[in-house]
Amino acid sequence: MTDADRALLASRPDLATIAQWVAPNARVLDLGCGDGMLLRYLWKERGSHGYGVEIDDAKVGASVRNDVNVLQMDLESGLSAFGDGSFDYVILSQTLQAMRHTEDIMREMVRVGREAIVSFPNFGHWASRLQVVKGRMPVSESLPHAWYNTPNLHLCTIADFEDLAKAIGLKIEERVVLHQGRPVTLLPNLFGSLAVYRCAAG
Amino acid sequence: MKPQKAAFAEPLALACGITLPAFELAYETYGELNADRSNAVLVPHALNASHHVAGVYADAPGDVGWWDNMIGPGKPLDTNRFFVVGVNNLGGCHGSTGPMSANPATGKPWGGDFPVVTVEDWVQAQARLADRLGIDKFAAVMGGSLGAMQALQWTLSFPERIRHSIVIAAAPKLSAQNIAFNEVARQAITTDPEFHGGHYYEHGVVPRSGLRLARMLGHITYLSDDAMMEKFGRTLRSGALGFNFDIDFEIESYLRYQGDKFSTYFDANTYLRITKALDYFDPAAAFGGDLSAAMARAQAAFLVISFTSDWRFAPSRSREIVRALLDNRRVVSYLEIDAPHGHDAFLMEDERYMNAVRAYFGNIEL
Repeated sequence: MTDADRALLASRPDLATIAQWVAPNARVLDLGCGDGMLLRYLWKERGSHGYGVEIDDAKVGASVRNDVNVLQMDLESGLSAFGDGSFDYVILSQTLQAMRHTEDIMREMVRVGREAIVSFPNFGHWASRLQVVKGRMPVSESLPHAWYNTPNLHLCTIADFEDLAKAIGLKIEERVVLHQGRPVTLLPNLFGSLAVYRCAAG
Repeated sequence: MKPQKAAFAEPLALACGITLPAFELAYETYGELNADRSNAVLVPHALNASHHVAGVYADAPGDVGWWDNMIGPGKPLDTNRFFVVGVNNLGGCHGSTGPMSANPATGKPWGGDFPVVTVEDWVQAQARLADRLGIDKFAAVMGGSLGAMQALQWTLSFPERIRHSIVIAAAPKLSAQNIAFNEVARQAITTDPEFHGGHYYEHGVVPRSGLRLARMLGHITYLSDDAMMEKFGRTLRSGALGFNFDIDFEIESYLRYQGDKFSTYFDANTYLRITKALDYFDPAAAFGGDLSAAMARAQAAFLVISFTSDWRFAPSRSREIVRALLDNRRVVSYLEIDAPHGHDAFLMEDERYMNAVRAYFGNIEL
């Protein structure tokens, strides 16, 4: 593991969980891959083969620099470039909440992948709830933006996400809830700020 | 740096069924081939360009290579690191064997009898040049537009001789509309009274007005509507309408200028053949139209780049190539650059585009 990898995993605690779930030599699709560091880590440490999808010019450029396969495409128009079952894992890391077509992307993920790995900030965390009770939109480490400049469109809680998964027929294989990088087992929808799920088509 | 020529005595069988008994290719090289011969990059040209890809000649400082912003010392394709080969294609008019060359059967210029050549033929000829230069395997072949089609064809004709294919502003085959524009251009040339069935050299004339019209039409397809409006708008040349058929608008002046300039240095027979090569390019045709099946032979890693305002070869055409590569689980990155210039964007300065090509070449191991 390089210093850059350690810095990456420290800055994005969900990525350590995701990396653990990805079996060696798997085929991986990383949606909203950013600078491609997760893919690069999975490639170097886990021997995975994969592609990232990213829309932002600067991030696409960073992924090319990081020598990972990156495809500049808009997730909102679906994953039509990818055939059914062409990946072992399709990853959507902290992007679900910023998507307009939330249901569509989740269905697409289990169409093109054997498993979908999804992480998102938990709006049910007590600090968010407290701020709402005080009459304010929540701002926190996992939700760093103000209401007027947030990219987030569809914030949800752990309970909400699990309802949607059930409604569209996804089977939740595994769940890890984190706060400040540490797993939370007691009342996760209250004490967890970040949720990571591994799902399969039901 | 100066243009060179390589003569090939071995016959070359062309797709049309004709065999060229011998041929010559004009080419230029930049940088040094390394000891492992692992740093060679071929840059084939598109419609109207030549082997003069980068830099200037000592005796002609104004004649700058056509992709000089991309290729050279310290540029995105850095000739301090890579050995770059530019080549004029077969059928060309910049020194390679073409319609202006002597037909060995008659001793006179080939003219209209020069065969219709294809992208596959060009790639076969380029491979002969690679042999001559001692290049077993190119680190990369990079092209834009028709040049990109050659970069793609390399991965199919010689999958074991190319490590990276950089395919910019391309299409996997022309659309009916693309062919339609080419046909109008060809008709402009072949109906010019000075054309003489392509044997105009013998008559000491040139079908200049046809070639001029062909080029004017081409220029319309190279620019986006927005770019043309931005550049020329409805600006009047002399400030007032003329109420005649001389130039009123700046865009008319621009097209006439481009057409006039082109018709003084480019050969009409070459233009006809290059547009046919474009029309005929269709690697999926032999696979019942299945591009994914066609691309199964390719082993190279790909960088595919398109430009949002390019309506000649729109991003959707590049995505067809990407989809075929994904179906084959090939190594591929795809960039869709939001540039305003239209098809010509591949020749323009754009930081995102230039930086991506620079980064991509930086990651190619030598």
